[in-house]
Amino acid sequence: MIDKMTTPVTLKQWLLTDTPDSAFQAASGRAYLGTLEFLKNRLAVIGLIIIAALVLIAVFAPQIAPFDPILTNLSQRLQPFSAEHIFGTDEVGRDIFSRVIWGSRLTLYVIGLVAIIAAPVGIVVGTVAGYFGGFIDTVLMRITDIFLAFPKLILALAFVAALGPGIENAIIAIAITSWPPYARIARGETITIRNSDFVRAIQLQGAGPIRIIIRHIMPLCLSSLIVRVTLDMAGIIITAAGLGFLGLGAQPPSPEWGAMTSSGRAYILDHWWLITMPGMAIFVVSLAFNLLGDGLREVLDPKSDN
Amino acid sequence: MTETGPLLTVRNLNITFPSPKGDVQAVKNVSFSLGKEKVGIVGESGSGKSVTGRSILRLLPPYAKISAAEISFQGRDLLAYSEKEMRQIRGNEISMVMQDPKYSLNPVRTIGEQISEAYIVHSKVSKTVAREQTLKMLTAVRIRNPEQVYRLYPHQVSGGMGQRIMIAMMLIPDPSLLIADEPTSALDVTVQLQVLAILDDLVSQRGMGLVFISHDLELVASFCDRVIIMYGGRIMEMIDADQLYKSTHPYTRGLLNCLPRIDGKNRRLATLKRDEAWLDADFSAPLAE
Amino acid sequence: MLNVSKLNITFGHGAEANHALKDVSFSVKRGESFGLVGESGSGKSTVLNCISGLLHHWSGSIEIDGETVGKKRDLAFYRKVQLVFQDPYGSLHPRHTIDRALKEPLAIHGFSDANQRVEKVLTEVDLGPQFRFRYPHQLSGGQRQRVAVARALILEPEIILLDEPTSALDVSIQAEVLNLLQDIRKERNLTYVMVSHDLAVVSYMCERCAVMSQGAIVEMISTEQLQTGELKEDYTRQLFIASKGYDRAAIDQFQDF
Repeated sequence: MIDKMTTPVTLKQWLLTDTPDSAFQAASGRAYLGTLEFLKNRLAVIGLIIIAALVLIAVFAPQIAPFDPILTNLSQRLQPFSAEHIFGTDEVGRDIFSRVIWGSRLTLYVIGLVAIIAAPVGIVVGTVAGYFGGFIDTVLMRITDIFLAFPKLILALAFVAALGPGIENAIIAIAITSWPPYARIARGETITIRNSDFVRAIQLQGAGPIRIIIRHIMPLCLSSLIVRVTLDMAGIIITAAGLGFLGLGAQPPSPEWGAMTSSGRAYILDHWWLITMPGMAIFVVSLAFNLLGDGLREVLDPKSDN
Repeated sequence: MTETGPLLTVRNLNITFPSPKGDVQAVKNVSFSLGKEKVGIVGESGSGKSVTGRSILRLLPPYAKISAAEISFQGRDLLAYSEKEMRQIRGNEISMVMQDPKYSLNPVRTIGEQISEAYIVHSKVSKTVAREQTLKMLTAVRIRNPEQVYRLYPHQVSGGMGQRIMIAMMLIPDPSLLIADEPTSALDVTVQLQVLAILDDLVSQRGMGLVFISHDLELVASFCDRVIIMYGGRIMEMIDADQLYKSTHPYTRGLLNCLPRIDGKNRRLATLKRDEAWLDADFSAPLAE
Repeated sequence: MLNVSKLNITFGHGAEANHALKDVSFSVKRGESFGLVGESGSGKSTVLNCISGLLHHWSGSIEIDGETVGKKRDLAFYRKVQLVFQDPYGSLHPRHTIDRALKEPLAIHGFSDANQRVEKVLTEVDLGPQFRFRYPHQLSGGQRQRVAVARALILEPEIILLDEPTSALDVSIQAEVLNLLQDIRKERNLTYVMVSHDLAVVSYMCERCAVMSQGAIVEMISTEQLQTGELKEDYTRQLFIASKGYDRAAIDQFQDF
């Protein structure tokens, strides 16, 4: 029986060892290598930093924002940049900087909920359709097509007409129109994977469809899906902003970035900061998600998986 | 050898590939020469045989580091050739046939079109002449109905026929040297031999040299005139094909011994005990003159 | 042990129907090693797929240990019959460690002493504990194939179906894996049904084999017949000659079947 080495092993050696002693060590090693690979892409890291900053800003909004985002102060309306109001004030005297900061919470709320609703629905529908094929596949894909046919804004209008405006209804509308592409991606991957020898092997050991789909197929779909969802975030932010712009999403006085750009339109010539500052916020966050998504794709793309 | 010297001479070929863990030497100090004969290069995976074959035509990716004292073809120094000059040589004077015709034939063009086009590119003749030559070539590779096959697409023909078509395509420009990298490994054994018979005839009729790269030691021993055995990027042995079974080299013997035999009565297959020393020793025989 | 009778299967319909297996019948005794030899398209792998249950729409009868096997399989069947795939690079899930790949069948069948069984089977295929938590891409082709064999053994089956288990391996690795398979068969008194295109491999591994061509069994031969060359059918004889290497004169005599 070989004695375990008693020489102390550095963390790095432990992670990179060729002979891991436990599942945890093996998984940690893989995560470490993946992280190293990701960190090589500087733009992706910038994207990640921006998003991390967004999360921190949202969490610490009460501490960071110097002013109340909702309280109006008509004596201070339409002020340009100053030491007191970094981004100026809007048409009712609210500090734009504080509103942008508080707006980050709404942005995260929207993309978080959409991701949590749309991605699982998409992956389940897609893998089930792809694995079983035949009638189940046809039915599920036609349902997917129906949802894919709805343009996001039209559906949001329909929801508003039915349920009234509000950010929750906007989220539902976006989520309902976001899941079909994920289902398609998952289905495509599943069809490729289900004929693999390793799926046949586990079938020959008596595994049922649920086990196979959840433990064997879904993990392999996750990579493409994570990339796709991340890249979609940018679009979702813009769609939510668009809905806000049309007055269909967050309602005043909510500091939602899209709504802010909408109300800033009227003042664009002489008081351009009302529309530009929230617009810049939308742009920066969307760009960050795009960069992050690209970086994740390089790390997670199964084709370059060795 | 021919009166004018060997067809191909390779001396001290070294090929290195960069990798995250440092440079990997795929080919070390390989030297051989060949005339109008069939020479087989045999090795297991990772032996460097394919890389060696491709390096002659400079078909390796740009990040590969190739260095050699000499790579000369018909007395011409290929190392000094520019990319443009190499393009003239490739497919024209030195051709290459690879393993799977699926990857070498364009799936959206008919077979006849592809072969004719290859001919026109290299010989600049009219379409009619090219078509005639194509049909002649298809007949030469024993395709019984060349006009019909001319109009077919690659996916409509079997593996064996696809490989014969590849050979036809590669031989149209009448090259002096053909490099074949596992040309028949994807084929059934009877088809494999039939394709090799065609290759055999064409090579001897045209007085060509053939470099036959394979992992199949027995096939190479029966098909080729001489055999080069590679391991770990190095040449282990160069031997006449009919002497192969009498080889005393430890690696060659090891490989021969671990092959199962149809008529074998051995109860247990010998296994190859790899000796690290083989990677350092210099087994390369002096170049044939 | 295994009785296959008049096995037929057709793929596709109408004009493009492919009658892939035509009345295939053979028997394998317990502890015997039986080969299915043929070129591509002969149907040899299809036979294994029917026996293992990967294909459902066959007709005929398959009996294992006296019991008729239906179109669907149950857990009891999988404890008796296992399969080793050809491609070492595709038969292991890329994101699962070897440990997980071996534990999963145990979990499906409700074995409790998973760790001991995994250790035991890894030792049996000559893979040390350092391989246990690796991912497939960290193993060589030969090592992956050993894992595939370990996975086939872990449920303690009685019959192992082998679909060209060494065709994708280097010759020196093939020798090791074939030796391993022979050792395991003797130790556990297993029954093998082995598919191969290589007569030499079949001659080494099997006592009898069926030569198949275009979905039908052309001839049943024994290893002695392979060694003496006493073969009845022309197709078998041609295959036999072709397996000996390049012989120009012989090739000119080849027929198309």
